[in-house]
Amino acid sequence: MGQTRTGRWNRRHTLLAAALLLPNLVLLIVFTYRPLIDNIRLSFFQWNLGSPTSTFLGWDNYVEWFTSDDSRTVLWNTLIFTSVAVIGSMALGLSLALLLDQKLFGRGAVRSLVFAPFVLSGAAVGVAFQFIFTPTFGLVPDLLTTIGITPPNFYQSSGWALFMVTLTYIWKNLGYTFVIYLAALQGRRRDLDEAAEIDAASGWTRFRQVVWPQLRPATFFLLITVLLNSFQVFDVIHTMTRGGPYGNATTTMVYQIYQETYTNRRAGYGATVASIMFVALLVVTLVQVWVMERGREK
Amino acid sequence: MSTYAEVAPHERRHLLPLLGGYLAMLLVVLVIALPLYWIVATSLKERPDIYTVPVTWVPNPVTLENYDGVRQGVPFLTFLRNSVLITGVLTIVQVVLGVLSAFALSFLRFPGRTLVLLLIIAALMVPNQITWISNYALVSQLGWRNSFIGIIVPLAGVAFGTFLLRNHFVSLPKEIVEAAEMDHAGPFTMLWRVVLPMSWPTVIAFTLITIVNEWNQYLWPLLIAEGSDTAPLPVGLTQLQDAEGFTNWGPVMAGTVLTMLPILIVFLLLQRHMIKGLTAGAVKG
Repeated sequence: MGQTRTGRWNRRHTLLAAALLLPNLVLLIVFTYRPLIDNIRLSFFQWNLGSPTSTFLGWDNYVEWFTSDDSRTVLWNTLIFTSVAVIGSMALGLSLALLLDQKLFGRGAVRSLVFAPFVLSGAAVGVAFQFIFTPTFGLVPDLLTTIGITPPNFYQSSGWALFMVTLTYIWKNLGYTFVIYLAALQGRRRDLDEAAEIDAASGWTRFRQVVWPQLRPATFFLLITVLLNSFQVFDVIHTMTRGGPYGNATTTMVYQIYQETYTNRRAGYGATVASIMFVALLVVTLVQVWVMERGREK
Repeated sequence: MSTYAEVAPHERRHLLPLLGGYLAMLLVVLVIALPLYWIVATSLKERPDIYTVPVTWVPNPVTLENYDGVRQGVPFLTFLRNSVLITGVLTIVQVVLGVLSAFALSFLRFPGRTLVLLLIIAALMVPNQITWISNYALVSQLGWRNSFIGIIVPLAGVAFGTFLLRNHFVSLPKEIVEAAEMDHAGPFTMLWRVVLPMSWPTVIAFTLITIVNEWNQYLWPLLIAEGSDTAPLPVGLTQLQDAEGFTNWGPVMAGTVLTMLPILIVFLLLQRHMIKGLTAGAVKG
């Protein structure tokens, strides 16, 4: 094997590699890396999407975003939505995985059912849940009325609208955290379980000391992927509330990018929000990786 | 009570959790299945039946008129064709590009290999949203708006699939690969006769994940498809909703069912393979 390390590449391999890799690389460079850089450039301009000319603004867009009341709301919505979606879907996914890891009759069918919403179109789920939450004849208000709770109007109150959108998102994406946790549970060392059982450890102790440490890689993986995914939600919000009610009650950063760029025709400002979001996500991910690496060393 | 404890301490210890388990399972089934049932039931109801308070659980009478309504409100078959076309082309392109890229990165020796691998992995970290505005401008300049090329080409690059397949390829047994090299197998023989036959489950899993992702694409086609000519189903569904003016839920729910159904069928038939791709790399550290 030693010989393969030092340049055993030859011209034939290099040419072939270029032929195999170039189409993919060109696509990634033109449609991922180029717009990444171009977006940062655009964020310093005032530009209406259709116009051939743009005006250089310097840091004005950034100053506007960091000082406006609107962005405070948007940032707040994004934080609430993301943290509730991440914590909610991970906690529920883990609970369901623990439940359906047990020998229960019919668990196979229930596993499929839990995973199914994850493959559905977010836009279709949004449309469906918009109907399900409709005041008066919607399913959720009706069920709440039946059990003696006066349903809130999910489309009139800012807090409830954000709650509704988050709940819908969790419903749709629960299957993902569930499947990852279930796979991790099934891949764990069963002999440790048995040892703990012989030691007569209680269920909770057993979970905390034997099962949970083994789920660490899955938890970390989910923390990053669910955070990135829920931070970028668009379809559910667009189909359910269009960012409303009252202007921006369910507007998250990604939705703000869309609205500023396509509705308000302020593509430069939209690019600014996108750049801020990109930096924020990068920092969050790097911090998470750093924390994880530190944890592993111990 | 004392006799119960004496006779079956085991049974008693397990009965309660078991009962709790089934109750929890029932609750889960209700929470996940009820909305799905509700969408289907609504799509089969007559118009007055949809707006009854309190709600009715069983459509009475059952009618298919909402499904006719979908076809009258929007060109459903065009949306379906667009979805199949966009998903089909993107899936084929991504699987082929993913396999070829991963093969080159795993089995060919060439200068800059690590750099190329890093470039592809780093693309995973770039959120789609930061690329919209600039890509939209580029696609407009090229005159690709409202065309399949405009929807497909910017989505065709493969970062995740390359990463997934490359991880799989380098984990293949070295002995077999080296034996093939000693036999002077050319790169294509190697790929086709040695690597792929050992990799089908991963390739299939990646294919299925790609189908699901591309079928459900929403934002990008929403921006690029202006009329109905190139819009896929999820975008078409929102057009149906707008056409119905937020009031006529029957056809909108029928459209929702029709949008969800194809992917649900694919999922039910092939879920095992799909789940394999999702969990690869997630569970082990």
